[in-house]
Amino acid sequence: MRNGARRTMQLRLYVAGQSPKSLAALANLKRLCEGHLAGRYRIQVVDLLSQPHLARRDEIVVIPTLVRKLPPPLRRVIGDLSNEERVLVGLDVLPRSASGS
Amino acid sequence: MTTAVRRRKPESRRSNGGRPARALAKAPTGIAGLDEITNGGLPRGRPTLVCGGAGCGKTLLGLEFLVHGAMEHDEPGVFLSFEETTRDLMVNARSLGFDLQRLRARRRLLLDHIHLERSELTETGEYDLEGLFIRLGHAIDSIHAKRVVLDTVEMLFTGLSDRFLVRAELARLFRWLKAKGVTAIVTGERDAEHLTRHGLEEYVSDCVILLDQRVVEQSATRRLRVLKYRGSAHRGNEVPFLIDDHGISVLPITSLGLAHEATTEHLSTGVAGLDPMFGQQGYFRGNSVLASGTAGTGKSSLAAHFVDAACRRGERCLYFAFEESPSQITRNMRSIGIDLAPWLERGLLRMHAQRPTSLGLEAHLVTMHRLIDNWQPQVVVVDPVTNLIAVGSEIEVKAMLARLIDFMKLRGITALFTSLTSADGAAERTDLGVSSLMDIWMLLENPEANGERTRVIQIVKARGMAHSNQVREFVMTGRGIVLLDVSRRADGSVAIGSARSARQGVTRHRRPKPSRRSAAE
Repeated sequence: MRNGARRTMQLRLYVAGQSPKSLAALANLKRLCEGHLAGRYRIQVVDLLSQPHLARRDEIVVIPTLVRKLPPPLRRVIGDLSNEERVLVGLDVLPRSASGS
Repeated sequence: MTTAVRRRKPESRRSNGGRPARALAKAPTGIAGLDEITNGGLPRGRPTLVCGGAGCGKTLLGLEFLVHGAMEHDEPGVFLSFEETTRDLMVNARSLGFDLQRLRARRRLLLDHIHLERSELTETGEYDLEGLFIRLGHAIDSIHAKRVVLDTVEMLFTGLSDRFLVRAELARLFRWLKAKGVTAIVTGERDAEHLTRHGLEEYVSDCVILLDQRVVEQSATRRLRVLKYRGSAHRGNEVPFLIDDHGISVLPITSLGLAHEATTEHLSTGVAGLDPMFGQQGYFRGNSVLASGTAGTGKSSLAAHFVDAACRRGERCLYFAFEESPSQITRNMRSIGIDLAPWLERGLLRMHAQRPTSLGLEAHLVTMHRLIDNWQPQVVVVDPVTNLIAVGSEIEVKAMLARLIDFMKLRGITALFTSLTSADGAAERTDLGVSSLMDIWMLLENPEANGERTRVIQIVKARGMAHSNQVREFVMTGRGIVLLDVSRRADGSVAIGSARSARQGVTRHRRPKPSRRSAAE
């Protein structure tokens, strides 16, 4: 088990309204967290359509973007999160070398 | 916003008719010279593509466009940088005299930096750039921006792996910018084969400006060219531009030139015997005068006489010295009785000395324009103009001179250029190239005859004047250049040197009287 894995993972998902990609990303994220991080995660969804100023503050360009706020370092995963293994690697839940990314 | 787009449609159709310049609304860039070649600026409410290689000035052009918009046209701007950080942009802009911090504080300018690093991103499935649209849209709305710069948007291709998606999103972005009604500059990096590495020119097709930087004989020259300007007259020629501590200056255009008014006011050459050779009393005001000759034929002395005469009239003279220092020139001229020091002290004469090789050709031209523009002299001397050839090709120098001459003519400035020709005649070609731009061309020589060198001057051409065709001998005296009386042989040829003295039966070679009669022929 890696160091950060025991602590609660704070995740923030940036979406733009109810677009299909945004909805898919949220569904994929929830399923994935329940499967691998049960009880050790928190998800905050940020809709940039209602809070556009956050795009600049949090440096968002791509929608959807998933940001691992805690534990550090900051990790960013973009896309609808449909590739579960890549998401887990991107969040440092799985080791990077394993997926060859 | 949409009304702006709608309003333009019938106009652009009309532009096929006959008066395209009027049809298209334009946003002035405020960059000296650029608004002239685009007949008023960039297409208002549309994106313009500015492309060029690394370090060619794209970012600066974008920044200046925003700064001038914010300060002079009440059009706030958003700068979205994909390369330089906000901090770097501000530091770089400060070195060019722009205080971005102040503009930001007054909400006239918004800087944003987008950093996309593929190694820091994990891509998992489908995405789009809606975040960019929201971010830019919010930036535009928050300061009511009318201008936008995207520099360099192609970095998105580096940051994201899905090229097709990025292309599609960029196409959407440009449509969106148009719909927003903002005047935008989109910069693109040029590569060997394409205008932009990722074909941005396919999407931004209203106006395309190409920047270029070349190194010719160790001096860098920058060029700008308007490749395309839909619905508007523009000049497709390459024009030099300069980046210095005032920002970008694009050089004024050749074709401005023929609108100047010809005057009939005469200006003394400063040499008593020379004035009558031009039919009446010297040059016309606003003339461009070329005095060419090999080394030591008296070109600078002729220039000094002219300057001296102008200063005596109370006119301002600007002397560009490309060969000697001001102190050297004043010392040398004092030795032939022309004292320039009082004019320097009284502020009627300014000397600008610079080694030609210290700057590129266009840098010289811009410097000269700037000095002339700032000080508004009535008389300008360029001594010698040939030294500029050291920093440019013959064609470039000619084009540059054409611009400078037109610029001065429009202001009614009388200019004297000296031209150093080499003894073997090779540089005569330069003279021929340059002389077509000149109203007056005088040739100074020191031919060797009968074992002695003499000085002669002739007027090769003088537009609009019944000038003398004679080759006249002159001497350098303690009172400057003095033309000698004409002495003809039986066959009609002019005797010079000792031959002249022998014919006249006196030796006046050393102490000649300035002759007034001499021009009577």
